[in-house]
Amino acid sequence: MANLTSEFLGIRSPNPFWLASAPPTDKAYNVNRAFEAGWGGVVWKTLGEDPHIVNVSGPRYSTIHSNDRRVIGLNNIELITDRPLQTNLDEIRQVKRDWPDRALVVSVMLPMNEASWAKYIPMIEDTGADALELNFGCPHGMSERGMGAAVGQVPEYIQMTTEWCKKAASIPVIVKLTPNVASILPPAKAAKEGGADAVSLINTINSIMRVNYDTLTMYPTTDGMGTHGGYCGEAVKPIALNMVAEIARNADTADLPVSGIGGISDWRDAVDFLALGASNVQICTAAMVYGFKIIDDLTDGLSTFLDDKGMSSVAELVGKAVPSVTDWQYLNLNYVEKAVIDQELCIKCGRCHVVCEDTSHQAITHTVDGERHFEVIDEECVGCNLCVSICPVDGCISMRHLSDGEDPRTGQAISKEKANWTTHPNNPMRKQD
Amino acid sequence: MAQTPAHIRPHRLDKNEIDKNFSELHPPLSRSEALIEADRCYFCYDAPCTTACPTGIDIPGFIQKIRSDNVRGSAQTIFRENIMGGMCARVCPTEVLCEQACVRNDHEEKPVEIGLLQRYATDPIIDDDTQLFERAKPSGKKIAVVGGGPAGLSCAHRLATLGHDVVVFDKDEKLGGLNEYGIAAYKTTNNFAQREVEWILSIGGIDVKNGVTLGADFTLAQLRKQFDAVFLGIGLGSANELGDDLDSVPGIENAIEYIAELRQADDKSELPVARSVVVIGGGMTAIDIAVQSKRLGAERVDIVYRRGPEQMGASPFEQNLAKTNGVAIHNWLQPVGLKRHDAVIEIELMGTELDKEGTLKASGESSVLEADVVFKAIGQRLADEKLGNELKGFELQYGRIVVDETQATSIEGVWAGGDCVSGDDDLTVSAVQHGKLAALSIDRHLRS
Repeated sequence: MANLTSEFLGIRSPNPFWLASAPPTDKAYNVNRAFEAGWGGVVWKTLGEDPHIVNVSGPRYSTIHSNDRRVIGLNNIELITDRPLQTNLDEIRQVKRDWPDRALVVSVMLPMNEASWAKYIPMIEDTGADALELNFGCPHGMSERGMGAAVGQVPEYIQMTTEWCKKAASIPVIVKLTPNVASILPPAKAAKEGGADAVSLINTINSIMRVNYDTLTMYPTTDGMGTHGGYCGEAVKPIALNMVAEIARNADTADLPVSGIGGISDWRDAVDFLALGASNVQICTAAMVYGFKIIDDLTDGLSTFLDDKGMSSVAELVGKAVPSVTDWQYLNLNYVEKAVIDQELCIKCGRCHVVCEDTSHQAITHTVDGERHFEVIDEECVGCNLCVSICPVDGCISMRHLSDGEDPRTGQAISKEKANWTTHPNNPMRKQD
Repeated sequence: MAQTPAHIRPHRLDKNEIDKNFSELHPPLSRSEALIEADRCYFCYDAPCTTACPTGIDIPGFIQKIRSDNVRGSAQTIFRENIMGGMCARVCPTEVLCEQACVRNDHEEKPVEIGLLQRYATDPIIDDDTQLFERAKPSGKKIAVVGGGPAGLSCAHRLATLGHDVVVFDKDEKLGGLNEYGIAAYKTTNNFAQREVEWILSIGGIDVKNGVTLGADFTLAQLRKQFDAVFLGIGLGSANELGDDLDSVPGIENAIEYIAELRQADDKSELPVARSVVVIGGGMTAIDIAVQSKRLGAERVDIVYRRGPEQMGASPFEQNLAKTNGVAIHNWLQPVGLKRHDAVIEIELMGTELDKEGTLKASGESSVLEADVVFKAIGQRLADEKLGNELKGFELQYGRIVVDETQATSIEGVWAGGDCVSGDDDLTVSAVQHGKLAALSIDRHLRS
């Protein structure tokens, strides 16, 4: 069995799965249950200054469901902890004492003045916590008060606040980034400039879930009024993966350790984050949908996967896929693929035909010799992968690489030379010798 | 029957047990079940299920509307092609129609439950008596529809929506035809057939004359004079006979008559039920009478059919239903003699087989079954004494009326559909399609 032991900023945990700072890590009771279930670490729900904030007593969550009510996305408007600071500090101290082998990181959100950081950071550090995570991400509520995403959206603020925190802290500092930005790179660079030991991402995405079709108000509401919240769950994973990969493949930020967050539901999602550059992962929504027991599949699945790949540790997987991520302009334009339909597996639903016909390149037949028959027309197929993506039968349609001869669509010979947009004759900005 | 033998009596089961036995065969889907099932539909292009539906319902279309909680839109998609979409959802042999064509069969051998989804979409409309259609402006034309079964009502409704006035003539007390008097009770509970009839009639423009029979109370010639067009959806009038004087033996009954009685009974425990029942025939009616006899408390029910399971008119699902209800199906056996000994009927049976040319012949093996009642379920025919003369002038094939692809008969101004026409499968859904096609054809004819 592969060893899942994880080390992140020198903090050891029995596996790379931490519970993200969120409702599941609000108090000792929940955290103890998580550790009993086998979670590697937790990021304690965000602490703020005294007196503590308050939450609404109406709906804090809403979801997007599939028709069998599988939760695809979750929105929340819960703020940071609404318990007294001292209660949290006492519990953190006790939990760390009871679970010395687990990672215990404390999330923190404070006003934009150095005094606040100088006052509260030592109090938190005194609990014995392993690290701090700066919440520059929550897009709702706290951002109206100049905290959370209000900081995370301004690189200068990120840098300044990180510096204040670093000045007051002796334990590692992780900066949690908001995805509600045009590019993740400036915030990540700012965190690094400010002295962050690592970044974690993504926090939730600004969102309104839907309207109530009876009342034609937004949904959900508290006494008839609602507000935008933070969106998370499996629907956000691709957005998070891109941001993680951006940081991992950019020279300025590539050496910044990343804790990956965003829609991780099972071990395969964790593999995505790790291979695209995260050193460990944090999870919240899946636990809020199914409970802490999901850790069994996360650890077991990842361990089996590493065994199958002949890897003995998580570290070997980290960043494996990063070299395969590039800019569009560097994709090989001489590389040609065609879809091919396995007639043995085809159930003749016709979806590939109609989507290609209606929305793509008219490259799949409907009738051949009077029979219902779906076949790729190589002369039209641009290799777009739409049919592969929408075919209901796994493995029925696949892509085939044309390695020689000519492309029946263009009539041009297949070239083994690589050529990309940077040198393409149609590119007015092409590089010229 | 002169006197009822002791082994034929009511109250074989108490009322509660009978009510349980005649509760719904397939309970309806809940909303969450329907949403999950609807999600299984692949929304096929040029969908094979739609092609397989005799009425051509846009099945992926109505299922997608279920998926988005647009249940009324879904019902409209169904009713637009098949005004008896509610009954068809209950009685269609979907396993040989839409569900057989479902591509999921190739994928995982479990089709989308189209019938149940159709019911999910259509039930609320009938339950709440929601009107989904509007009548076109009056055409001033009047059409006679003879027979208020699926074909006649489908035709009448479509004609009414197209702006014509319709008079439906029906021989029975209630409209609905076999939906009301024929289909097995556990397939259409809660008086659904009558509620559906009322909903169909609520479009307006349809007058109903009950208890009048073509041939006895009025003639086709009169209708042709009084109306702009005539549609005949008169079903089949009389049960086929076994022949060789077998039909006159006391204790030999017509399955359809008993089923009609059963369907109209307020308290089914009051129906006389035999201890042992033999059913002759291999169609839906044979299964219906056999299963219902069993559910009424008959101890032993045997079906005797002279050919194999594949040739039976009853679908494999129906055959299986009979078997799981404890009915024994005996294939390749033909009754050759019926004798009554006191209270018991002895059925002499001859084994059958196919010769090299595929013709049925006696195998030479004989056996005997005993029964208190023998039900004939060997089909029906159009001609009966009352109708006799009325069929004159029609081109007939195998004793049924010949129609063209628009359901027009050989007589000018007369269309026909349902079981009384030749060449189709005697299914409710086909009758509905006939009625619809005839109405469209009549409309074109009257406006040309």
